[in-house]
Amino acid sequence: MRHLLSVDDLGGRAGIERMLDLADSFLAVTRREIPKVPALLGKVVVSLFYEESTRTRLSFETAAKRLSADTMTFSVSTSSVKKGESLLDTVQTIEAMGIDAIVVRHSAAGAPHRITGWTRAAVVNAGDGRHEHPTQALLDAFTLRQHRQIEGTRIAIVGDIVHSRVARSNVKMFAALGADVTLVGPPTLMPESLEGWPVGVSHDLDEVLGEVDIVYLLRIQQERIASGCFPSLREYTARWGLTASRAARLKPDVLVMHPGPMNRGVEIAFDVAGAGISLVTQQVTNGVAVRMAVLFDILQEPKDGEAGDGAPDEGGKQDRPEEDGPKEDGHD
Amino acid sequence: MTEMYLLRGGTIVDGTTDPRRADVFVRDGLIADVGDDIDAAGALVLDAEGCVVAPGLVDIQVHFREPGREDSETIETGSRAAALGGCTAVVCMPNTSPPLDDAAVVQSVLTRGREVGLCDVRAAGCITKGREGRELAPMGELYDAGVRIFTDDGDCVADATVMRRAFEYAGALAGAVVAQHAEDPSLVAGGHMHEGAWSARLGIPGRPSEAEIVIVARDLALARRTGGRYHVLHLSTAGAAELVRRAKAEGLAVTAECTPQHFTLTDACCEGYDPTFKMNPPLRGDEDRDAVRAALVDGTIDAIATDHAPHAPETKAVPFEEAPPGMLGVETAFAVAHTELVVSGALSLQELLARMSWRPAAIAGLRDSHGGPVAPGSPASLCVFDVGERWTVDPGGGASRSRNTPWAGRELLGKVRHTLLGGSATVIDGEATR
Repeated sequence: MRHLLSVDDLGGRAGIERMLDLADSFLAVTRREIPKVPALLGKVVVSLFYEESTRTRLSFETAAKRLSADTMTFSVSTSSVKKGESLLDTVQTIEAMGIDAIVVRHSAAGAPHRITGWTRAAVVNAGDGRHEHPTQALLDAFTLRQHRQIEGTRIAIVGDIVHSRVARSNVKMFAALGADVTLVGPPTLMPESLEGWPVGVSHDLDEVLGEVDIVYLLRIQQERIASGCFPSLREYTARWGLTASRAARLKPDVLVMHPGPMNRGVEIAFDVAGAGISLVTQQVTNGVAVRMAVLFDILQEPKDGEAGDGAPDEGGKQDRPEEDGPKEDGHD
Repeated sequence: MTEMYLLRGGTIVDGTTDPRRADVFVRDGLIADVGDDIDAAGALVLDAEGCVVAPGLVDIQVHFREPGREDSETIETGSRAAALGGCTAVVCMPNTSPPLDDAAVVQSVLTRGREVGLCDVRAAGCITKGREGRELAPMGELYDAGVRIFTDDGDCVADATVMRRAFEYAGALAGAVVAQHAEDPSLVAGGHMHEGAWSARLGIPGRPSEAEIVIVARDLALARRTGGRYHVLHLSTAGAAELVRRAKAEGLAVTAECTPQHFTLTDACCEGYDPTFKMNPPLRGDEDRDAVRAALVDGTIDAIATDHAPHAPETKAVPFEEAPPGMLGVETAFAVAHTELVVSGALSLQELLARMSWRPAAIAGLRDSHGGPVAPGSPASLCVFDVGERWTVDPGGGASRSRNTPWAGRELLGKVRHTLLGGSATVIDGEATR
């Protein structure tokens, strides 16, 4: 993989599973006493975030450090960007410092694609506009896989689909892994066209809830009211929120996921978010291991026969303490 | 200084008769003779063997960026590009800085065009002051300065009452036409490409076809009530084409134009997030593209115009959503249209030239000096095309000051060999004369 711009770049089911396996072995690394391997020693990873996202940025930077890469944070808010420097010039300036990968978050869809044309460094998309957020999808699949066989699982993605890069990436991710995906929400929050999307659609959460194994909730933003997507948060919650009473009607083994940050009381009730069935905190923990896998894969070019150097070996995999692994499903 | 030219060996296509082989003798700004064995002693002979000799093209929608954005284009560079594209007349859109809502600014554009002398540069005037969509611009003064097409192009006149008043007021200005950039602002707010399967997939906020359809439908109702003359700029949707078709059948004074990109390219071009393919109205889906082409072929759409919209390279070297909309067009329009429509058999060459020369000339009120028959006594604004020449578009190789062509690398059939403006050569053997 040269760049990770979209879930499409992972190479279909086989590529995704290979990446998840790699993340598994890095998860074991993160649990060691010294959670660090020399895999990317001497490599430089820059995070270039045009939108604030402290959790995603820290997750990538932690992942890079655990692989022994050097990290740089290009702070957009205090830099030359504020003086009007273009994305092109910023990228080429960073490039001139000698870097290997750029992790980019941008409010415009396709900004990471543009950057690939301006640099020799590998580009990792950490979220671009409403387009994609492929590492989020990887970590969601990774978390889910710790609990379930994804093949044949029925997943409802609920909420603001049209504005969500997480939804675009996860639809591709879950479908590639053989899940049966249904998008749920008001028609105003559905994509303008679902041509080519391997999904079903419903506007009735109650009808869907009885049939699904996984409920994936998306963040609802207040500003969608001003743009006429729905009348009020109260009405949204009443129709599409995972309220306590809806949660009580779920099948006992249904898993609830959310990419965060959550609006407790809007798309998810306070108690539901905190309950044992929620995978929300595990999603965050797994983020580092998944991003280690991505950075490792993308920077491990087969040059000078050093490919694989420092990679966690089979022994590393066996190190994984099963008892510390995620709980299997079935608990309440 | 008497300039004399003999266009030798070409085939005349001017819409008056079947194409006919004849030499054309140009003297004192006029076509002096058409025929064989013309005694043209002292004339500069321009080889037209194997070429088509036609009235010069008339592009009724260009942005030459002067005044205001001379880093992107000037009247000089734009005129040169237009001449190389076979144009003898262009109509500059009024969204300059300052805008063409003032007769003095219009005069400065026309004067600069005459000084450059590579093309008959005309100006469209604003419908509203400052293109703000509220109060009418001084349409009478603009008219007196030479404006015939009124538009706030770049922006849609969204307020229905303002549009109604524009139709009514223009009724006092003989030959004036109210032209609309038909995109309902509220439906396209925040949008950057056509709304459809591609925008949904790419995550780029969309501009739906309905934004054009609702404005054209509304404007046609207003034109019907006021008796106003209406022109749809860069028509891009099946829905609007059908509305215009019905309005014409009903007898309304409505005309429409489309761009080469709208009858050739689609929103799939945006797949790589390259802002070269960003424009307003956006490149549409297959269905709209096919409908626009069909409407152009059946005459519902009267004219091809380019919406030549230069943007300096740095303004396009940004993410798609941050780039300004617009594409180059004047240098490639004939070749693209010829390749797409004539080579494919959809139109005869004569039918294509009708859509690129005499019909747009009529819309813009330029038939006195452009698009007339190639006959003795007519103004010698002519173009000579080598319809057999193959060439590949090089974005850096054009005369425009900008490079944002959507046709880069495309092989086209048909190239301008010579252009004459008012009896004076502006292009000889594919090179601008100045």
